[in-house]
Amino acid sequence: MAIVLDKSHRWRVVAAHACLIALVCVVIFPFLMILSISLRPGNFASGSLIPDQISLEHWKLALGFSYEGPDGKLVQPPFPVLLWLWNSIKVATLSAILMVLLSTTAAYAFARMKFRGKSQALSALMLIQMFPAVLALVAIYAIFDRIGNVFPLFGLDSHASLLLAYAGGIGLHVWTIKGYFDTIPAEIEEAAKVDGASPFQAFRLVLLPMAVPILMVVFLLAFIGAIIEYPVASVLLSEERNLTLAVGSRLFLYEQRFLWGDFAAAAILSGLPITVVFILAQKWMVSGLTAGGIKG
Amino acid sequence: MNQSSSGMQRWVWPAVATALALASLYFVTIVYAAGEFLLAGTILVVVALAAWVYTSPRFYAWRYLFPGVAAVAIFVVLPILYTVTIGFTNYSTNNLLKFERTTAYFLEETYEAEGKTYGFALLQQGQRHRIRLTESEGEQAFLTPELELSAPSEAAAPAKAEHKHVKAQAAAADAGAGEALPIKELIRLQPALKAYTVELPDGSQVRMTGLRQFGPVAKLYKKNDDGTLVNQQTGEVLKPNFEAGFYQTASGQNVPPGFQVNIGLTHFKQIFTDAAFREPFLRIFGWTVAFAGLTVLFAAGLGILLAVLLSWEALRFKGVYQTLLFLPYAVPGFISILVFKGLFNNNFGEINLILDALFGVKPAWFSDPLLAKTMILIVNTWLGYPYMMVVTMGLIKAIPADLYEASAVAGAGPLTNFFRITMPLVLKPLTPLLIAAFAFNFNNFVLISLLTNGRPDFLDTQVPAGTTDILVSYTYRIAFEDSGQNFGLAAAISTVVFAMVALLSWINLRATRITKEEAR
Repeated sequence: MAIVLDKSHRWRVVAAHACLIALVCVVIFPFLMILSISLRPGNFASGSLIPDQISLEHWKLALGFSYEGPDGKLVQPPFPVLLWLWNSIKVATLSAILMVLLSTTAAYAFARMKFRGKSQALSALMLIQMFPAVLALVAIYAIFDRIGNVFPLFGLDSHASLLLAYAGGIGLHVWTIKGYFDTIPAEIEEAAKVDGASPFQAFRLVLLPMAVPILMVVFLLAFIGAIIEYPVASVLLSEERNLTLAVGSRLFLYEQRFLWGDFAAAAILSGLPITVVFILAQKWMVSGLTAGGIKG
Repeated sequence: MNQSSSGMQRWVWPAVATALALASLYFVTIVYAAGEFLLAGTILVVVALAAWVYTSPRFYAWRYLFPGVAAVAIFVVLPILYTVTIGFTNYSTNNLLKFERTTAYFLEETYEAEGKTYGFALLQQGQRHRIRLTESEGEQAFLTPELELSAPSEAAAPAKAEHKHVKAQAAAADAGAGEALPIKELIRLQPALKAYTVELPDGSQVRMTGLRQFGPVAKLYKKNDDGTLVNQQTGEVLKPNFEAGFYQTASGQNVPPGFQVNIGLTHFKQIFTDAAFREPFLRIFGWTVAFAGLTVLFAAGLGILLAVLLSWEALRFKGVYQTLLFLPYAVPGFISILVFKGLFNNNFGEINLILDALFGVKPAWFSDPLLAKTMILIVNTWLGYPYMMVVTMGLIKAIPADLYEASAVAGAGPLTNFFRITMPLVLKPLTPLLIAAFAFNFNNFVLISLLTNGRPDFLDTQVPAGTTDILVSYTYRIAFEDSGQNFGLAAAISTVVFAMVALLSWINLRATRITKEEAR
């Protein structure tokens, strides 16, 4: 507590509140706007913040239903938003599982075993992670183009190829999980080993159950990372029914075909679940990372 | 685990391992047979390493490391190395194929030869199609087995169409095997039909030569022993030129499609010395640095300011403010960016509606370079400050309170407190984060691509480049968007950017180490 309060103190508090409220308004504005736009009829911006006429037409389209327009014609959904959402969730879930599997086993070796080149391998993993995938897009495209010549399942425009492309991004996760493993005393597994457990049994039956919280955190991080990933998905996917949400949402806003209202509904529909996951992950992340990663 | 199951395990694992090894060898053979030598080699090396790691007791730790490390090596390191190699080739839409494939393409080319022609109709029964050929005199008809026909998707490259071979059987001229399709459908299915060669019972081969006609066709090119190709129709000789990556006529004209060759440092020379190219490159580089630098400056400035405000004890409702101000970070980036793209829209956007109502102005956010850059900075600051705010609040909490008490006793005001105590103590641990944020924004492809896509374009440059393009989005445009996709050039630029990012990472590591040492 400040000891002496001079006369300007009260004014400073009021000014601070005014600044903060103004800023909060600026921050909230886009969210309220997009909600309002999604409820207005037509793909125009005309109208006030609180729409004087509420129409659910954009929501119907976003959910995949057609509706009868003012001229009596049936308006078809412009894009399969729910399919895109499903694609995103499918790819993100599978790639997150794959990444957790890959990084957990690697982190176990880094945390508990001695082998040559360990510290170099750890630093290399960190350094490699700093290179953005955007820069290797040409190569990623070329590689999957050629794989597709032989195995179409893993070629361009397939979700399996996207899974593989994401699987390499485990460096940071290895660090996180390793940091958590380091906080669990190795004596617990050693006791299991004395009782006759093999290293794999000690890992699977003793260490893993204790590491569930950090595995959840890593799963969420990987999941969100895959949901919001845009560059690689935009290069690998091309057919409309294969797109993920991040790639597909863009199609709403072409200068010649500006489906502003439809986009607004689709953005809220798809943004809400992701945002909830994101907020959840933030909470978990803070506790998980402070428990593990920082100490790496 | 009891005795019998461990006895089972003794032979189950080797059996599974052998089966896996055999299966992967089979795969390698298939891939090799398909002509993808590099891919086959990679798979072989990975499988061999896996076999070694999982059988040798010396590499026990690597049994756990192998899957992860292999994934990083194949899907992160390999693309990086491959990018660098592509930078030295002329890989582009004009030079898409390997030399052998290009040669094969020319040898597949055909022309209409002299000989008997047949009228044809495409019969449809449900989803299945058959071709019926009739002799001009109408005496005899032939029917093919069911074909797989589909209208081509736009993505399929013409050079990739595979030729298919079917044998036709003699049939009665009026044999009903479905309805004949109208000409409109024929036009739609023409590309798929052209891929078929029909062999008639007398051994002659015919192909589609017109919308109503099948006729004999002959190979257009013949390969000589010295590697040159002879055009059977005109007698012209094509010679492969391994510097240009094209087959060339005697007069030196390129005949597409070209093939991939190594062109050494040409692209790098182009980036750094060719004036038509260097000039936009330098401008874009300048904007990239300015964009990343200013973003970090604004986002960190606003973030620190808010953190200081929200750490002020006299302020009430801190939690509410903090939650609301953190919102931009919680919404996925691609959605917020697209929302702003709409809000800033010149005609439909709410921001211009409000500005128009209040001040009577309608700024052209997307067509004026300066305004476009301003918009990008506004949006990115909006996206970036919450992270800085939260981190700084954590750092401020760690500052001992007696420092402020001492300064209050000495009669210092809030400004002195901020500049003499808070800033120096916060800025030092924040430095590595600021560098990381700079590096991130240096490559912030998603923002530029979704918001402006680099536009408005420069009007005075020969290569397509935008005033708001940063290096990575510029590279993406060269590689994937503008006509004549130039993968080689894009890869060369990527390589240059790689070097810059590596430098940044190195500086960041140093900065992290310095702050860590000082903390001790």
